[in-house]
Amino acid sequence: MRLRNKDLLGMKELEAEEIAEILRTAEMMKMVMTSGNKKTSHLQGKSVVTLFYENSTRTRLSFEMASKFMGASSANISASGSSVSKGESLLDTARTIDVMSTDIIAMRHSQSGAPHYIAKNVKASVINAGDGMNEHPTQALLDMFTMKERLSTLDGIEVAICGDVYHSRVARSNAIGLAKMGAKVRIAGPSTMMPPGMEKLGCKVVRRVEDAVYGADVVMGLRLQLERQTKSLFPSVAEYARYYAITPQMLALAKDNALVMHPGPCNHGVEMPTVVYDSPQSVINEQVTNGVAVRMAVMYLLMARRNQE
Amino acid sequence: MKICLTGGRILGEGSPVDLYIEDNMMVEKLSGTPDRVIDLHGKAVFPGLIDAHCHLRDPGFEYREDIASGTRSAAKGGFTSVCPMPNTMPVCDNPSVVRSIVAKAKAVASANIFPIGAVSKGLAGKELAEYGLMKEEGIVAVSDDGKPVATADLMRKAMQYASDFSLIVMNHCEEMSLADGAMNEGDISTEMGLRGIPTAAEDIMIARDITLSEYLGLPVHICHVSTKGGIEMIRAAKARGVQVTAETCPHYFVLTEDSCRGFDTNAKMNPPLRKEEDRLAVIQGLADKTIDMIVTDHAPHHPDEKDIEFALANNGIVGFETAFSLAYTYLVKPGHLSIADLSDAMSVFPSKLLLLNRGSLDSGKPADVAVFDLENPYIFRKDQMLSKARNTPFDGYELYGETMLTITGGRITYEKLC
Repeated sequence: MRLRNKDLLGMKELEAEEIAEILRTAEMMKMVMTSGNKKTSHLQGKSVVTLFYENSTRTRLSFEMASKFMGASSANISASGSSVSKGESLLDTARTIDVMSTDIIAMRHSQSGAPHYIAKNVKASVINAGDGMNEHPTQALLDMFTMKERLSTLDGIEVAICGDVYHSRVARSNAIGLAKMGAKVRIAGPSTMMPPGMEKLGCKVVRRVEDAVYGADVVMGLRLQLERQTKSLFPSVAEYARYYAITPQMLALAKDNALVMHPGPCNHGVEMPTVVYDSPQSVINEQVTNGVAVRMAVMYLLMARRNQE
Repeated sequence: MKICLTGGRILGEGSPVDLYIEDNMMVEKLSGTPDRVIDLHGKAVFPGLIDAHCHLRDPGFEYREDIASGTRSAAKGGFTSVCPMPNTMPVCDNPSVVRSIVAKAKAVASANIFPIGAVSKGLAGKELAEYGLMKEEGIVAVSDDGKPVATADLMRKAMQYASDFSLIVMNHCEEMSLADGAMNEGDISTEMGLRGIPTAAEDIMIARDITLSEYLGLPVHICHVSTKGGIEMIRAAKARGVQVTAETCPHYFVLTEDSCRGFDTNAKMNPPLRKEEDRLAVIQGLADKTIDMIVTDHAPHHPDEKDIEFALANNGIVGFETAFSLAYTYLVKPGHLSIADLSDAMSVFPSKLLLLNRGSLDSGKPADVAVFDLENPYIFRKDQMLSKARNTPFDGYELYGETMLTITGGRITYEKLC
């Protein structure tokens, strides 16, 4: 099956069948990347540029590894060290990359909608690697891949997403994507960090973390985005951790062997104590592995679509 | 110059009449043969439109718009008088800037310009500007538009001091501590991951200004009302005799926050586009005259300030060339307002509020006339605008009420063959 759009901008823009196709393709990609010979020629002769206006370890490296495993030429550019620091506009920067015969631009930007804006202005396929507080679709896809791999289905599973929802593009993308795949998502966090109308994305908003976690198959913590806090949304990290952290006691309310997930990077002792982060129920490192497979799948499918045009 | 306008129908109603203009006034009859006879073929004749709230960007931001281009655009929209807000560079907060605007207007403008002076020096919200001296040079009101008068203390003093010079204070109502956002706060801002501006930000300051007006017994004018809650408070205040007046803009009765979807920066305004219930409340407010007038808030921007990331884009849209057509198409055609109500909202009331002695076609009045085609629809095209700017969300809209002729002070400022 072919993806409908030139770009991957968000889970909002994907239909359920497209999500299923990406997850299926990622299974094959995972076999490739975990085999002895991590090399395919799926993207041979293609070029991938990662354009990051915000810091990143996993997402950026993951895109780079994924393109290398598939034989693409890849390059990285970030805001510091490029002409962005001389004041070049996002559009000019993106066009500059585009006209170097670039096939895929994976971009991260602090402004919601920045990849949508660029997608309209470049020939390359744009993959949203996180835009402001809007979406982070490849993160949601790798989270869903991880859930499906462990639980065998997404349909009907119960997922608790807890923490700083307001600033979280991960929460939005997961809520939207999981709802499309039939999962039941419950969201909890401080009211000052709960944007209005989250339930319109297809999830249930509950007041207490306990209510979200109770009976869940998956418990996902969200990073407290201290760098995005412009106003006083909570009194102290200590109080936040006291009421909103996923503690072992909290986790005991979920189903036995419920998966513990976190998009990373984790503030240990804030979103969850290290004992939970490192517990046998934690699949946090597997999420990272799966991130490479999912990004291989996304790039493969976008290029397959492009080749058919 | 003697002009005879023949065959036009006043407000598009009744039988055709002849109107006479001599020099710059409406007259009962001409003193001799007309220099020009213009057959209006039954089109609708209105007192020239008056825009009590716009931005001409001159001086300081002429790359967006200037007095010549802005008033050509205004004339194309049927406006004969416009009131530019003081957020120019330098700020219109002293008599010499007012004087320079008025002088330039006299030389190059295609519409009457009645400047609005700043409430506070430098729009800084600290010290009162020189209302008396500015009024001597021609201001008709004071406003810090774009910035709310943040403290109740300064707002109180502005209302008191302005009243000494028969000026009104027009306040952009937003409690700024709540207004740190890029669009209306709600499920759509959540879905798009944009910081939201709650309706409460606007309502709180409207409540404050009504309270001050009632306490002081002095008038206050609320700029570009966009919320249901604000309209309800203004309605209740008027009912108990508070001297509050209000305006809104066409985008608040035509569009909702849904237009922001796809990160369209031409839907980015301040106050932001709201929900459908607010849009309907704006229409209801105009219908029962809770909202007294329609203004454009014409806000020209350069493409470099609009064709960028959503939250970084400047607020506002151009409005002169669509205001009447949008109001006619969305308010009068569906029956929410009568044609006379529309003329009140876009000409009669602003003249009364700002003491302009206009808004009438009676003889002895300045010859400010606008003629519209109310019968035939047209497609609005942004590439045909006379403004320097192109930031409009209405490109391609099918509208009624195309301007056929605009006469300002007896001079033809826009003409499309009738």
